[in-house]
Amino acid sequence: MSEHIASKGFYVVIFAALMVLTGMTVAVTYMDLGPANLVVAMGIAVTKALLVVLFFMHVWWSDRLVKVTVATSVVFLLFLFGFTLADYFSRGLLGVAGR
Amino acid sequence: MPNGHAAPHPSLQHHFDTLEQQKDASTFGMWVFLVTEVLFFGGMFMAYILYRTWYPDAWMAASHHLDVVLGAANTAVLILSSLTMALAVNQGQLGRRNGQVIFLIATMVLGAVFLGVKVVEYSDKFAHQLVPGPNFRFEDASVARQAQIFFSLYFAMTGMHAVHMIIGEGIMLYLLVRAWKGHFTAQYYTPVEIGGLYWHFVDIVWIFLFPLLYLVGHH
Repeated sequence: MSEHIASKGFYVVIFAALMVLTGMTVAVTYMDLGPANLVVAMGIAVTKALLVVLFFMHVWWSDRLVKVTVATSVVFLLFLFGFTLADYFSRGLLGVAGR
Repeated sequence: MPNGHAAPHPSLQHHFDTLEQQKDASTFGMWVFLVTEVLFFGGMFMAYILYRTWYPDAWMAASHHLDVVLGAANTAVLILSSLTMALAVNQGQLGRRNGQVIFLIATMVLGAVFLGVKVVEYSDKFAHQLVPGPNFRFEDASVARQAQIFFSLYFAMTGMHAVHMIIGEGIMLYLLVRAWKGHFTAQYYTPVEIGGLYWHFVDIVWIFLFPLLYLVGHH
């Protein structure tokens, strides 16, 4: 694996993008978009996390094993959220004792 | 081994063939650990999602007690520390000792600023009786119990995050001492690389904590 060395300037650009996104997420908070507020806030947070993972943590230039491992964390997280929510929000659907 | 004549690099452990193989194994191991960390924090985020869905009004009222300015400032401080960490790794790749030392110190200072702001915020919560327990007081009694759940999660999540920051400061100190002694070269800087992975992960946790705790319902 030949190693990629990004320039200092490249990291500064990523940092600037992260700061702009932070400003955006604060600004959007003071606008009333209804339920979209949460969607926008989470969209920005995911974008920021992606920038950090891909470039600050070098995943963009990493080998496949690392990429698969990183993706695995998201899959496990979706299992955790998905099955827990499916449980809690389906309890009311059944009129049975022990809900 | 390529041949019997060249002495192995002093940082190469005997159970690896090459420094490259050693670095790949270390990086993979760190990422596997970080996957478990994602799930560790994931459990608390799961609790957050459920209670926020059940008690949206209490969530909004309780979130108003967090200082958006301090939270946003701390977000900026932490992102800046991620930049200095990335630059410390960059200086490791290039084998520049002075650059490693400078950027590791900068990262530690920024981490300390973050923790200092956290101390100010926590003491403010104690002063205003917003710490869950017998002394918890909330202006709107109808949602007081639910607001207490918000603050329980606030302290659990930011508290565990702060513990990770403190451990991170310890890792930075270890890296700083080794960088100072000139242990890291362009051929071998793996500890800086995987120490950086840990630091960036902790930054990512905060990237989600900030909007979820501080920015609920200011609109």
